[in-house]
Amino acid sequence: MRGSQVIGEAAIRAGCRFYAGYPITPQNELPEFMSGAMANLEDGTFIQAESELAAINMVLGASMAGARAMTSSSSPGISLKQEGISFLAASELPAVIVNTMRGGPGLGNIAPSQGDYFQATRGGGHGDYRTIVLAPAYGQELADLTRKAFEYADRYMAPVMILADGMMSQMMEPVIFPDPVNLSKLPSKPWILNGAKERPSRIIKSLILGTVAMEEHNWKLARKYEIISREIACAETYMTEDARLVVVAYGTAARVAKGGIKRAREMGLKVGLLRPVTLWPFPGNTIRKMGRLVKDFLVFEMNTGQMLDDVKLSLEGKSNVHFYGRPGGIISTPDEIAKVISSLYYRQHLEED
Amino acid sequence: MEKVVFKRPKYMKEAPFHYCPGCGHSIIHRLMAEVIEELDIGEKTIGVPPAGCAVLAYDYFDTDMGEAPHGRGAAVATGIKRTLPDRIVFSYQGDGDIAAIGTAETIHAANRGENITVIFVNNSCYGMTGGQMAPTTLLDQNSTTTPGGRDKNRDGAPIDLSEMLAITRGAVYIERTAVNSIKNIRKTKKAITKAFKVQMAGLGFSLVEILSPCPTNWKMSPIDACRWIDEDVVQTFPLKVIKDETG
Repeated sequence: MRGSQVIGEAAIRAGCRFYAGYPITPQNELPEFMSGAMANLEDGTFIQAESELAAINMVLGASMAGARAMTSSSSPGISLKQEGISFLAASELPAVIVNTMRGGPGLGNIAPSQGDYFQATRGGGHGDYRTIVLAPAYGQELADLTRKAFEYADRYMAPVMILADGMMSQMMEPVIFPDPVNLSKLPSKPWILNGAKERPSRIIKSLILGTVAMEEHNWKLARKYEIISREIACAETYMTEDARLVVVAYGTAARVAKGGIKRAREMGLKVGLLRPVTLWPFPGNTIRKMGRLVKDFLVFEMNTGQMLDDVKLSLEGKSNVHFYGRPGGIISTPDEIAKVISSLYYRQHLEED
Repeated sequence: MEKVVFKRPKYMKEAPFHYCPGCGHSIIHRLMAEVIEELDIGEKTIGVPPAGCAVLAYDYFDTDMGEAPHGRGAAVATGIKRTLPDRIVFSYQGDGDIAAIGTAETIHAANRGENITVIFVNNSCYGMTGGQMAPTTLLDQNSTTTPGGRDKNRDGAPIDLSEMLAITRGAVYIERTAVNSIKNIRKTKKAITKAFKVQMAGLGFSLVEILSPCPTNWKMSPIDACRWIDEDVVQTFPLKVIKDETG
């Protein structure tokens, strides 16, 4: 199944009943899939919105009304959605946003890129908030993380972004889907707007005029983000047990890196991979612990160096952090990464005992 | 025996309005609350307040209320209504909100025939931000960003949003009224009632544009502001049923 459709099918199985989106390449297969899937559901809504702004704000409304709701786009469209994402975070509303990253800035191109790391992990919109960011690397993970995205959104009452790229959305891979969620068995949402029948009326808002109350709200969100950081930060490790050099990469870059690492291992180089699965919260503790044994890290990204900052922050200057990046929609080959690894390996004299 | 002849409507909270003296919002809020009570829909109504002077509408209406970002009322209302089609959903929007920053959301919601009710309060200026030119500011009208009056060549002419919406195929009922006199207030209440009934019958998009005085930013007494609506504003925005396809 094609990556975009995997996300769509997984979303439906996760109980997504509201989707609004606007066409943009390279993710059009996702809204196309959702239009058909929602039409087959009695309680499903698909709206092709007039704009990215309208789409994210329709999702805001659907979330207020209690639906598991999703929108999707690609980089330029995600910039437009940031208004709504900030409001979702402020109003503590669950929603899932899929960003199939393409080359940028500006209109850029439609090739796979990781240029939106900063935008995704630093909040993206205005104000003091965070967005949970999940970075799938495999077809199966597209399905699994989409399910998790809806769970996290509801559990933490926060927007969750699935950060993929054009490579993953277009690639076809076999996938085993989890069973559909039984919506009636999900925990009830005692905050939704569905009419004040036999209960006091409710307000969902983000305007907090008093500075003291606004500060309280900011700290409340900050405490929530602390809990999220503790509970869901996640990374995969591969051949790191004896590694002298660890490549840090996520998403498509991590898959390419894995190929490069396999080749480097064949050359006898002790190299491993650390792949952040959550980009926010960033699995800094995992990297920090690894830094006690590993003195050299190679950050590989499909950009000019963004996650690089988080790796450096995590290691607190205690290890050497190197960088290799290919922006603009270029996809490196495993051979290319193997060469980067081996030249770095010998330059740092890692072959010596 | 004492007889109650005037009381707070059931779906108004016991909160003093923050609106300026002579402002039309409080009258419109009250009319809407009366209509919601009379139609017995208070327990299934969800309102969407705007950014602007009426942003605090959620402090006054005793129904569920969900705040929209500036201009996005129709999109948020669409999301709520499509999720809960048997509820009554209204958005409450000012002229800057609906006819400038939220034009696209409004036109497309109307064109899709979203079964929502929009209350569009036109006071021909940006009230909350201090009286800047709105898309509905009249030609020659003074504002803080049209010194010497709105000039057609420099600032463009006022926009007839309701007339524009009327040509969309999904709009069913659109009327322009005012709240500057007892007679007009009564007509406004009738129009609001009809707009909600259109939604209750599932007919499609309904909107009431209400000309509303803003004495503070117009720099007039409340009486002069009401008079100015009759003398000037209605020349640009005539009071009438703009579209009625309720049959």
